[in-house]
Amino acid sequence: MRRTPDGADAGGDPAAAARTRPAAVAPGPRGTPGRSGARRAAGVHAGAWWVWALALGVGATRTSNPLLLGLLLAVSAYVVVTCRANTPSARSYAAFVRLGLAVLGIRLFFAVVLGSPIPGSHVLLTLPEAPLPHWAQGIRLGGRVTAEALLFALYDGLKLATLLVCVGAANALAAPARLLKSLPGALYEMGVAVVVALTFAPHLVADGRRLRAARRLRGRPDRGLRGLVHVGLPVLEGALERSVALAAAMDARGYGRTAEVTPAVRRTTAALTLGGLLGVCAGTYGLLTAAGGTYGLPVLLAGLAAALAGLRLGGRRSPRTRYRPDAWNPRSCLVAGSGVAVAALLSLAAARDPDALHPGVVPLVAPALPLWPAAAVLLALAPAFAAPGTTARKEPS
Amino acid sequence: MIRFEDVSVTYDGVPEPTVAAVDFTVPEGELVLLAGPSGVGKSTILGAVSGLVPHFTGGTLRGRVTVAGRDTRTHKPRELADVVGTVGQDPLSHFVTDTVEDELAYGMESLGLAPDVMRRRVEETLDLLGLAALRDRPIATLSGGQQQRVAIGSVLTPHPQVLVLDEPTSALDPAAAEEVLAVLQRLVHDLGTTVLLAEHRLERVVQYADQVVLLPAPGAAPLLGAPADIMAVSPVYPPVVDLGRLAGWSPLPLTVRDARRRATPLRDRLAAHTPPTPTPATAPGTTTAASAPAPGTTTAASAPASAGAPGADAAVPGAPSDTAASAPRPASRLRLRRRRGAVPAEDGAVVAEVRGLGVRRDGVRALRDVDLTVAPGETVALMGRNGAGKSTLLGSLVGLVQPSAGQVRVGGAVPHRTPPRELVRRVGLVPQEPRDLLYADTVAAECAAADQDAQAAPGACRALVSALLPGVTDATHPRDLSEGQRLALALAVVLTARPPLLLLDEPTRGLDYGAKARLVAELRALAAAGHAIVLATHDVELAAELAHRVVLLAEGEVIADGPTAEVVVSSPSYAPQVTKILAPQRWLTVAQVREALA
Repeated sequence: MRRTPDGADAGGDPAAAARTRPAAVAPGPRGTPGRSGARRAAGVHAGAWWVWALALGVGATRTSNPLLLGLLLAVSAYVVVTCRANTPSARSYAAFVRLGLAVLGIRLFFAVVLGSPIPGSHVLLTLPEAPLPHWAQGIRLGGRVTAEALLFALYDGLKLATLLVCVGAANALAAPARLLKSLPGALYEMGVAVVVALTFAPHLVADGRRLRAARRLRGRPDRGLRGLVHVGLPVLEGALERSVALAAAMDARGYGRTAEVTPAVRRTTAALTLGGLLGVCAGTYGLLTAAGGTYGLPVLLAGLAAALAGLRLGGRRSPRTRYRPDAWNPRSCLVAGSGVAVAALLSLAAARDPDALHPGVVPLVAPALPLWPAAAVLLALAPAFAAPGTTARKEPS
Repeated sequence: MIRFEDVSVTYDGVPEPTVAAVDFTVPEGELVLLAGPSGVGKSTILGAVSGLVPHFTGGTLRGRVTVAGRDTRTHKPRELADVVGTVGQDPLSHFVTDTVEDELAYGMESLGLAPDVMRRRVEETLDLLGLAALRDRPIATLSGGQQQRVAIGSVLTPHPQVLVLDEPTSALDPAAAEEVLAVLQRLVHDLGTTVLLAEHRLERVVQYADQVVLLPAPGAAPLLGAPADIMAVSPVYPPVVDLGRLAGWSPLPLTVRDARRRATPLRDRLAAHTPPTPTPATAPGTTTAASAPAPGTTTAASAPASAGAPGADAAVPGAPSDTAASAPRPASRLRLRRRRGAVPAEDGAVVAEVRGLGVRRDGVRALRDVDLTVAPGETVALMGRNGAGKSTLLGSLVGLVQPSAGQVRVGGAVPHRTPPRELVRRVGLVPQEPRDLLYADTVAAECAAADQDAQAAPGACRALVSALLPGVTDATHPRDLSEGQRLALALAVVLTARPPLLLLDEPTRGLDYGAKARLVAELRALAAAGHAIVLATHDVELAAELAHRVVLLAEGEVIADGPTAEVVVSSPSYAPQVTKILAPQRWLTVAQVREALA
């Protein structure tokens, strides 16, 4: 999927679309191969992309207007196509879109088969209703399918699908592994564990394929459940061997080296972390019970602060440094800010004008596009113009 | 720089020490080669340098190993990470991150180097290893040679004083191997890095070594000395040394250039002889005639040298019902028959036929317009760079890969549409990792399963194993076999179904010269018995020994196809050492020369 400046601007202003076009035609200075990496050229912090995408997701939960949701989808898709780098995780966007469609389909299927509490008069078709025993009261199988119920399910499913696609956009714009790199030093080892696990799954799949091929070479059927079972054990064996080899390689490359710290620092770290976590627990409890309304919040905040200080101090034990860490620069602020603005404006609109954001289904009406919430959604296009140009780079082969 | 003081290593549960009485010193800035047959403990010695033995592998290490003054007994591998860089046999299991640039930085991050230093060293290393164009590439998309260079680069960035490499070139094509060795040369010359490496393919590395440590046998004390002195007594030696020993040259030449300068008298002696041209034992013409009446007699009649052929005497080309089809048919009927899947062989002279084959994989053209025919008794070597499409071609011959264009027929059947049970009797593939083929806990169980899979008489596989692997007991676990033995077992399993076409993918990876010689003898016997053999290999010496024909692939296309002598003689990368030494005469192997002189 190359960028499509014409088709995908989704109601964005044409001037802005025109501005990006030269970058697509000629790679420009940013696109010269051999220059610093695609992901670094964008210069946007991984966290900023996640904030942007998740904020869009939050915005999507504020409305069930299909036009607004469609606009959100178009905007996020345009930004993904414009800004994503050429990495394997960037290609996962399509998978998330498919997942969203599947969710939508399942929601509609349930609305048809199990019925829906939405009262409706426009009957589309009547399915044969299966009689259920009395203990299953309230559940209906089959029966009337009304246009209202279907429409309600569609709005609802679309909301969920948009949320999923937004997560997919975050995934495509900044791989989770990149995000984990920004963790504080003390949590670094956990991050590595996750990264290794993430690269492990593709290896498992490749191993499984290879061994199924080997089954075929032995003259056994390579399909079916039995084939899978027989391949399972060798695959796990291979995975185990590989992890041992990887652990050896990591050890030999200095993973887990620790710096000397004074006992005082060590003890303080332990005390701060433990105390902080206890504080968080107590604070949460206080917030949730009616009696602790007064002390809940302060204790929670103090606990959180102590735990963070403990983590920071704990980072001293690890002598690690970061190679070209993502910097939180003005561009990142703009990206994150545009997302947060969309979420905030949509929440505001949902509070002030709930009717426009939640078009009714009873009686059936065509949803209208509320103007200023739609304009707010377009704010999320800002990253496409602030941090574009990473796809113009062709991969050197 | 590296000092072994009377070291012996005993692994848990093994009564004998794996290596014993190891006592040598590697001075700073030297490139030292660790040589010896398989199973003598080369990897153990390498592991002891980086501290992985015994800290990671377990076992008991007696004596003392010091690296740059640090005792590995008191320093864990991670505390040696700033002085020793280790690259194991499989670069893929070495990578922690997923892109080249991050991988280069990973070691330095662990050591806590300052960000500006890291940045500078990554750029320097990218240039040093020629990786600048690949810096953002996901590692999984790189070729074998590129991965090996990234693995070396990733341990170079912390500027270790010692580099330890286990078989750095065994998985690489000749050109990529030279690339990696050039990098090592440069490190030794320019940066004064001490390099200790183990390698089976001595012909690639021995000329770069300052010293050789020879482990002659398991548990025997190692010998340390100048390469020429050690090669004179070594049980493993490259062809150039073999030729030197044959001609009685002293000191022994280690490079083709040295040998050439001394080879004039030898060339004069050989001028009277003509190099033999290896031809398939079964001439295609006779097969056509013989195959029509009774396929079973083909190989029996035309296998003069089948004395050593282990149980493979009745390799029947094609299905038993091919008697009806002996005359060539018009193309239109071929196509008609192809659609039906399993059909009898049209033409007994051809075991496999590939016409205009094209394969696309993930949008990349892996093969393009490939033509190949293989006759019974013929041995064909597929050569070419890593990623040139050799394995894909083998895969399409056994139906693992579906062609996107053209046609493939093996023994008259279309491989990817033939059920596996049928197909094993037409074609067998020994994959790159022979272990993939082995499932059972014991050799006996493996053989029983193979008999059942191939619908062969009980005991057929066991008979093959006994011929190929004398002395292996029924109760042995396949995992406990050496690399060469495992290959032989996999070969026996594949041969149980008596396929007329045998495919081998990179069979000599990890084999020492002894195991290789045994494999060559086995394959020769099979070819003499009428099996057609196609092997994909990077090993030019193996191709020279075995192949009647060499097919060179590049970028998925066939760029040369002809008799071995013609194809390899003209190519600097693919010519075996003997050819280079004795050019312009066309000798391929030491064995040919020995025979001519006898």
